[in-house]
Amino acid sequence: MLSKRIISCLDVRDGKLAKSVKFVDTKDIGDPIGQAKKYYEDGLDELVFYDITASSDRRDIMIDVVSRVAEQVFIPFSVGGGLRTVDDCSRVLLAGAEKVNVNSAAVKRPELISEASKAFGAQAVVLSMDVLHVDPSAQIPSGYEIVINGGRTPMGLDAIRWAQRGEELGAGELVVNSIDADGTKQGYELILTRLIAEAVSIPVIASGGGGKPEHLYAVLTEGKADAALVASMLHYGEYTVGEIKAYLVGRGLKIRMVN
Amino acid sequence: MITIVDYKAGNLTSVKRALDHLGITSQISADPDIVRKAEKVIFPGVGAAGAAMDVLKEWNLDSALKAAFKNGTPILGICLGCQIILTHSEEDDTHCLDLVPGACVRFHLNDPTLKVPHMGWNAVTVTQPHPILSHLRPDDEFYFVHSFYPQLADMAKVYATSEYGSTFPVAIGTNNLFAVQFHAEKSGPLGLRLLENFARWKP
Repeated sequence: MLSKRIISCLDVRDGKLAKSVKFVDTKDIGDPIGQAKKYYEDGLDELVFYDITASSDRRDIMIDVVSRVAEQVFIPFSVGGGLRTVDDCSRVLLAGAEKVNVNSAAVKRPELISEASKAFGAQAVVLSMDVLHVDPSAQIPSGYEIVINGGRTPMGLDAIRWAQRGEELGAGELVVNSIDADGTKQGYELILTRLIAEAVSIPVIASGGGGKPEHLYAVLTEGKADAALVASMLHYGEYTVGEIKAYLVGRGLKIRMVN
Repeated sequence: MITIVDYKAGNLTSVKRALDHLGITSQISADPDIVRKAEKVIFPGVGAAGAAMDVLKEWNLDSALKAAFKNGTPILGICLGCQIILTHSEEDDTHCLDLVPGACVRFHLNDPTLKVPHMGWNAVTVTQPHPILSHLRPDDEFYFVHSFYPQLADMAKVYATSEYGSTFPVAIGTNNLFAVQFHAEKSGPLGLRLLENFARWKP
């Protein structure tokens, strides 16, 4: 049986680590490579690097970050942010990432998912989706809407439908990020995560809202997620990877433990 | 010097980086002469069996790998490299290198909660001792990404298994050949140690 994965997301801006709270007021908090190495040594299962650099001419800095991470971190990691074409994806994979993480660009042009999946295999394509809770409507029957541009632009697209479409197009995994929960540390959006996990047959990674190990337990059981993404609870040193994992093992989950 | 076989099948640089990190000298090569005469060979790979065999044949790497195997060159297969060494793969109905009698078959799982590909960390159980797996303890986990797995008639060639719906082989070996279904190069310190064991291995 597979272990439930604990994944951390490092937001990188201009080559430096940042953590967004409700997608506004991001502040730099450190060096992504050093942080990645520390988490790797602490037993983290996987990493995501999200490039939030605004200007596209700074993208080379990100490629440099990716290749330096790959020299020191021997667990799978994905890279996202600003990937619009198969060529963009190819660059980060060649730099050493296992997977690419596509989000807004895939909403605007869904073929990006199928093109990347065909070029690199479904296992290399993670579809990340930012989701906002809205009143259910004919257009958004589930009451969960896809938003882009860091949560600012609603797309009139139902999150459940988009998740299923993503799987059909060849995504190998989904990151379901709740804009409502992101940065609150009040727990993951369990209903949303579960709805999507039950609607697709690819792994679902829950994102947004993790503040305590109990929150991870809830989303990995009740929320039916295969993995949970943690950011601030690790980045600010409130918990270590080992503490989170020990808690989950204590609650009876199958988790990969390292010494 | 370890030669990593380049046949356009994915993450060769990950294996190279892991060996660099360990201070083990290696080179990536698609040259059949270099593979044939290599001191040691790592045969990694991600992707589909059919396309991979096509490239191996086109570049004469199939005969080079067979020759290296016959000559006693220590060979480590990883992931697709653990599948293509068998006789046949169900994936694209491909006739493979046939270094080890067996077939690569797709997961057919009755449990709808088990997803294919089998992707993530899973425990590996050693079923008989081997120098390359000497550091493993019960419940040690490795990183997997695959939809097909090796099936052997001769269980004496199976060195480790995992559970996913049922028990399946994840490490197989015969003479100077050893192969693992999981990604040793992405399995943290335990995976690095496995690569180190291979570098030291004298079959």
